[in-house]
Amino acid sequence: MAKRLSVVDVDLCVGCMMCVFACSRRFGDGGVSKSAIKVASIGGIERGFKVIVCRACLDPPCIHVCPTGALKRREGGGVVIDLARCIECGNCVAACPYRAIMWDEETNRPVICTHCGYCTRYCPYGVIKLEEVVPSV
Amino acid sequence: MYNRDPLSRVLYIDLTSKKHWVEDRKDLFEEYIGGTGVAIKLLREEIPRGADPLGPENVIVMATGPFNGVYPMASKTVAMFKSPLTNNLGESHAGGRSSVAVRLAGYGAIVIKGASEIPIWISVHGDKVSFHDARALWGVRSTHTVGRVLREIETGHGFRTIMRIGRAGERMVRYACVVVDTFRHFGRLGLGAVFGSKKLKALVISGKRGIPIADKASYRKVYDKIYDAIMGTPATKKYHELGTAENVLPLNELGALPTKNLQKAQFEYALELSGEKLAEVYLGRRVSCAHCPVACIHLGALREPYKAEAYFYKTTFVSYDYEPIYAMGTMLGIKSGAHLLKLLDAVEVYGLDAMSTGVALAWMTEAFERGMITEKETMGVRPSWGEYVSYLKAIELIVEQPNEFYSALAKGTEYAASVYGGRDFALTFCGNEMPGYHTGPGAHLGYALGARHSHLDSAGYSYDQKMVGKEISVEGVVDYLIQEERWRQVLTSLVLCLFARGVYTPQVVVEAFKPLKWEVGENDLKEIGKKIHLLKIKYKLDEGFDYSKLRFPKRIFETPTPHGNISPEFMSTAVELYRARISEELKQLEPTLSG
Repeated sequence: MAKRLSVVDVDLCVGCMMCVFACSRRFGDGGVSKSAIKVASIGGIERGFKVIVCRACLDPPCIHVCPTGALKRREGGGVVIDLARCIECGNCVAACPYRAIMWDEETNRPVICTHCGYCTRYCPYGVIKLEEVVPSV
Repeated sequence: MYNRDPLSRVLYIDLTSKKHWVEDRKDLFEEYIGGTGVAIKLLREEIPRGADPLGPENVIVMATGPFNGVYPMASKTVAMFKSPLTNNLGESHAGGRSSVAVRLAGYGAIVIKGASEIPIWISVHGDKVSFHDARALWGVRSTHTVGRVLREIETGHGFRTIMRIGRAGERMVRYACVVVDTFRHFGRLGLGAVFGSKKLKALVISGKRGIPIADKASYRKVYDKIYDAIMGTPATKKYHELGTAENVLPLNELGALPTKNLQKAQFEYALELSGEKLAEVYLGRRVSCAHCPVACIHLGALREPYKAEAYFYKTTFVSYDYEPIYAMGTMLGIKSGAHLLKLLDAVEVYGLDAMSTGVALAWMTEAFERGMITEKETMGVRPSWGEYVSYLKAIELIVEQPNEFYSALAKGTEYAASVYGGRDFALTFCGNEMPGYHTGPGAHLGYALGARHSHLDSAGYSYDQKMVGKEISVEGVVDYLIQEERWRQVLTSLVLCLFARGVYTPQVVVEAFKPLKWEVGENDLKEIGKKIHLLKIKYKLDEGFDYSKLRFPKRIFETPTPHGNISPEFMSTAVELYRARISEELKQLEPTLSG
């Protein structure tokens, strides 16, 4: 079954960014340049946080604005990117209402969640989890 | 170190000429790691001998280390400067998002020198450094407001730190802090006043780069081992659950909780200010520094009605920790959590160091009780144990300094006592107000001898507590203080939060260095720690620090500790032994410490 990364309860988030660092560490590096997940306060940490992650749309707006067909539908929702075809236009970033497509400033390419779930192991409070995608009726 | 790691890049900012440049300082990082080690070297390079801490010649260094942005709980930035409170070495550490922001902006350290003619704020977004006119932000009453304004107009959301001063820093109260993000601080030794003297209202830094790792596979393995240790260890559990406020009841039970200006070491209302009670009644949210899963930051939610308007309430979030609870709570005889939170909010709003402010107010209360100062000096304020309203007023007056008395108190407790009397009960060590442990001789020797006069230098309080029921020897305690402070120089050069010290043993640190292409053994680390420690002491001696002039406040000998009454002879013997050891080592190391 296809899986997707899901924000279970954002009020449990303490803003530690462990998930953000985990995402870049998939490639064996430190820092956050390759991270497809973002955590930021919603106007001061006392108000809590938002956890921005691709929600695996079944009909993703980002696909429709990619001029080169670099984005392909992913099984279970969301997209898979073919970086060889990307021309760095940034249309996909602007099309996502969640701003869940990140930008790698070092390679000047989009960073898109693959729903691998690597980050979930490092969330100490159960904010995010990988869940089965229930086929829509 | 791995040559693709941007750690060795140092950003220099000159506030006078409004110029900035980057230098590669691999030489410093390879020899002194980062953080504390690199900061003391950079400070010595840049600051002239005998500098006025509030003059343009003072220098602010902010340094991170190789573990920031790489390993969990490496969440601190070290600030090094000359302290306007002690007129000697100033060092303070802050968490929040500061270290990740500096490191991922592509720098190992930032050096700020000179002074601006007009109020400014600086933003550093990766390679882009800009100077902004902050005249419109100068004089704003609350640091919260300044944070809100900058949050709106600056970029880098989610990957940035917003450091700013409040009115206390602008007015150069010698123990003004720098508020970092929200609820974290460069608290001690007056960095806020140094910002104020340079007309530097705020510093915004952001970055989201990657940090290339040499051995990627072993990096992930070592990371997981450390992460599992953090999550599995009882060593971090206490910070995780009740937070540092957990200390209140055990220290009270032990008779080591400074109360009412240390007239006593037990407080009948300790339960009201305990971590347990604050969690039960007020805890509204727990948050974390960047790249730390522990979430030790505890925010109390204080709900208050507006008096003039029916059914109008406000809810204020206030960060509480053990030290502020001691200083603004038990030291002032505060009897309720709500009153404590109101006082903590006031110091946050003005940007004061809670610890120094509390000790200053405690001295003021006792001096008032004894008639050394009157309502003429206090401008009608009648400071009295537990009366939080009088303290709220006094805090405001310390910041605004409308008369000579408050100007003196804004220079520090030690200075005020030198003018108005009461030095015997002015709880300061070399000018710095005392931390919250009256556990025995180890704690007080640590405050006096530690390079930054902090309980975190060498944790003498921890030694005292381990030794309860046993005899403490002069040699034993001096040896512990020196060894502990030296190992901590390594931890704060990496730069780790000291709450991670139980996880990052020397063996783990060595292992964590390997994937970064950094070959260093346990003995090398110990030698580096010793060298950094001696470098700091050498700076202090050069700036006039003198072991023979060390003074302990008489009050610490009058109030019994868990080890009974501390003996003045024991303390002076210990200081002499410490001095002798250090001076011998300095002689041996002198040739390698130059520069």
